[in-house]
Amino acid sequence: MTENIIEVRDLVKHYPVTRGIVFKKTTGHVKAVDGVSFDLKAGETLGVVGESGCGKSTLARVLMNLERPTSGQVLYKGQDISKLSGGALRRLRRQIQLVMQDPYTSLNPRMTVGDLIGEPFEIHPEVAPRGSRRTKVKELLDLVGLNPEHINRYPHQFSGGQRQRIGIARALALRPEVIVCDEPVSALDVSIQAQVMNLLEKLQAEFGLSYVFIAHDLSVVRHLSDRVAVMYLGKMVEVGTEDEIYERPTHPYTQALLSAVPVPDPTLRDNKAIIRLTGDVPSPISPPSGCRFRTRCWKAQDLCAQEVPLLQIRPGSDHPSACHFAERREIVPAHEVA
Amino acid sequence: MSDPSAASLVSTPRPEQPSEAGAPVNAGLPESAQKQQKPRGLLGDAWIDLRRKPLFWISATLIVIFVLMAAFPSLFTSGDAVNGALSRSQVKPSADAWFGYDVQGRDVFARTIYGARASIMVALLSVIGTLLIGGTMGIIAGYRGGWVDALLSRIADIFFGLPFVLGSIVILTTFNGSGSDNNEWTIMGLVIMSLTVLSWPVVMRLMRSSVLATKEADYIVAARALGAGTGRIILKHLLPNCLAPLLVYGTIMVGSFIGAEATLSFLGIGLKTPVVSWGIMISEAQNYIRVSPYLLFFPAAFLVTAVLSFVMLGEAVREALDPKLR
Amino acid sequence: MSDILVSEQSAPGADGSGRPSGRLLEVDDLRVEFRTRDGVAKVINGVTYHVDAGETLAVLGESGSGKSVTAQTIMGILDTPPGFVTGGQVRFHGKDMLKMSAEQRRRIRGEGIAMIFQDSLSALNPVFTVGFQIAEQFRVRRGMSRSDAKKRAIEMLDQVKIPNAKGRFSNYPHQFSGGMRQRAMIAMSLALDPEVLIADEPTTALDVTVQAQIMDLLGELQRERQMGMILITHDLGVVADVADRIAVMYAGRIVEEANVYDLYAKPAHPYTLGLLNSIPRLDEKGQELRTIKGLPPNLMNIPSGCPFNPRCPMAQPVCREKLPPLLQIGSGRASACHFAEELVNRD
Repeated sequence: MTENIIEVRDLVKHYPVTRGIVFKKTTGHVKAVDGVSFDLKAGETLGVVGESGCGKSTLARVLMNLERPTSGQVLYKGQDISKLSGGALRRLRRQIQLVMQDPYTSLNPRMTVGDLIGEPFEIHPEVAPRGSRRTKVKELLDLVGLNPEHINRYPHQFSGGQRQRIGIARALALRPEVIVCDEPVSALDVSIQAQVMNLLEKLQAEFGLSYVFIAHDLSVVRHLSDRVAVMYLGKMVEVGTEDEIYERPTHPYTQALLSAVPVPDPTLRDNKAIIRLTGDVPSPISPPSGCRFRTRCWKAQDLCAQEVPLLQIRPGSDHPSACHFAERREIVPAHEVA
Repeated sequence: MSDPSAASLVSTPRPEQPSEAGAPVNAGLPESAQKQQKPRGLLGDAWIDLRRKPLFWISATLIVIFVLMAAFPSLFTSGDAVNGALSRSQVKPSADAWFGYDVQGRDVFARTIYGARASIMVALLSVIGTLLIGGTMGIIAGYRGGWVDALLSRIADIFFGLPFVLGSIVILTTFNGSGSDNNEWTIMGLVIMSLTVLSWPVVMRLMRSSVLATKEADYIVAARALGAGTGRIILKHLLPNCLAPLLVYGTIMVGSFIGAEATLSFLGIGLKTPVVSWGIMISEAQNYIRVSPYLLFFPAAFLVTAVLSFVMLGEAVREALDPKLR
Repeated sequence: MSDILVSEQSAPGADGSGRPSGRLLEVDDLRVEFRTRDGVAKVINGVTYHVDAGETLAVLGESGSGKSVTAQTIMGILDTPPGFVTGGQVRFHGKDMLKMSAEQRRRIRGEGIAMIFQDSLSALNPVFTVGFQIAEQFRVRRGMSRSDAKKRAIEMLDQVKIPNAKGRFSNYPHQFSGGMRQRAMIAMSLALDPEVLIADEPTTALDVTVQAQIMDLLGELQRERQMGMILITHDLGVVADVADRIAVMYAGRIVEEANVYDLYAKPAHPYTLGLLNSIPRLDEKGQELRTIKGLPPNLMNIPSGCPFNPRCPMAQPVCREKLPPLLQIGSGRASACHFAEELVNRD
């Protein structure tokens, strides 16, 4: 057992919904993240999957301490990061970095690549003395596979994939222990996506990084993750190793999600049993009582409306699942066919 | 991209699709003839870009001339701008007096040259004042949000609600009513103040909305995640990306302020003879436009040229500050 | 599904116009360029494909490959300037649409060919109700009365499986969820019973579970109405599920065309092979992905010879010199690679 580098305990983040401009009135709360707990071990990749509105991006913001949680704790090596401020918070920021989704909007268009990648050193001058920064920036560019001579260029002179590499170089500059990747490849083309994923893997091996890898693409998450957490409407519904989630899912939502992913193999077209969910994700302002998935679940019983299913290991399964009726079901068929 | 050393100066092709551009991903491809590159920033690049623009040189030259005119009018003319001989009233332009003489027999050329000082000083200082006050208020309101924003916006609304002419009449008659013996600098200061006080809300709104739009940008979030403080976020990230509309509006304001100064003079509450300004000249000339159109033409031509130079300069600077347009 | 390709497309525009081919929609050697401040980008460089009634052609490509511009040209909604059609034909029932008057083209739009877009939020007008926007088509194009049009619009909403269609009729677009909006868009484009439906990344903005619903719906409606469908996408997974034939585009050209089974089993172009290798698969654990090196070309400066040669692992000197034409190989498939035969025949 390696040590836990980040521990999240009962994390809750609610956003008030307000009306009025001068006299604000709170009319409800968006329950973006509603009681999430997990651990991140040193050197591992934890994949977080879920559809839009499940709270995975809010989770990233709270992990990065860009938002303060409504309640609950995010512990970095036992220290509650949401309580930090000033110098302590700045020091912590060196350890946890963020890679964002959209490479087109996440880089300041009016800064050169050198300034962009050098900015972490300016904010944290103790990391690198002034004279060595330029060299460091060039090393970083080289590391992420960009030409160090392009240090004076502007972001718009690069393609999407290259910009994402710039973003990664920025995140790496301070040699963090954890990188939170919020949909880092979903805005990229297929062939470029693979390049960036390989880069992320290479960097992890080289620097022993831990990743929290947030994405909606289940194939991408499987490819990179050691463990996977599935989120639905602000809660985690199933957590397990990559094998446990993809080969032996027990929560109906995970099963439906997996079955809906198109597999790039036309021969599987007819022998693939797709679980069709009806309807859309309910509003996070007033989520359903009991189990949040029950309104779209084919297994739902009265119990599901009354009692919130806990995320725990249930009989016949080897990993935690938040369903009263969790059971295995064969979803990913390719192994038999191939 | 065959020429990487020049590529950051010369605009890289910007086709519709996002995924081309740029040079090969792989480092270490033939990148010969690489000059020792100095680190550059936005301002350095903007300057390099500006230097290559004829538009910039033309407008800058004109502005330098106008500024010299304002500072040392005697360099340009030896004529007397204030005293005239009625015998020469409305004499047409000639080799002696290039721009002719006005109703009171004063040399129009000399007057136009001397008029630059008041007009350009009033306009420039008012624009700078307006941009500073409005811009600062806009940044504070937009960035802080909440009650600060509400308060500042309501204050701005109050000033915004004052009709421009009425407002300046009130301000100027209070401090510069008939019978007051303020010297020309005090009057100029008062005119500048009234223009600034009545115009900043527009700039503030402009700045505020641009800050609001930029504040939520991913790169601001990214900077916060790196641990950047408020000062750095405002100076390095917000300001450079919010400045463009302000610059454009500022250059347009230069023109309208020269006109506004003229209006105030015309109403008798702004600058007064013997002070010379283009505004005063234009308002004086309009009664004689049929008989002596040149009385209007020359100061107006100078005014238009000056305004145009500022607009062109603003345009050039705005383009230079946007790497995408280089 | 053994459609024979129009082969020998190497000679551009060789074929005469108006040849009665019986094809529903044909794009023939289409060329489009974008004239911008910075230069001319050759966005489409001789694209030829067709779609027949009842079949689904998937046009697969990455951003910048020209797949969407081709669709915009077919629909006649290309922004001109900067876009200019510089050659080729788009034949609908054998008639070249590019030579038609604006009025004739307008009539084909909607009734002959309809299109659905990726971003349903911006494709629907936010100030009108969804129902009104659908009903309007019946009133304007079919001359129906207000109440008949409303009845038909509700039927349409029902057909795309929007629950409580009657109640939803008077909702505004923002009151719909993403999936529902995409359904409403489908209802709107199918209202006038088009023969060809062009779907430009119809599910890219949607979640997987909703994506599955929408693709099902599209397939069902297509079969019912025997429409020809052009599905434009970058998602190899979606294509494998629904397409009959696939045209792979790269740098404004079709580099490979084949039926869906052949293409996935034995790709005949190194680009297709590279794409298939570089996607992570749900049913496979993580190995290092085999990527396509480099970047798509700058369309203002497309490499000589085969546009893919700088990125191609199989590139030979000939690839830098000679542009490989899209030639038929075997039955019903074509590839624009000098070494297509070797690719297909190797193990």
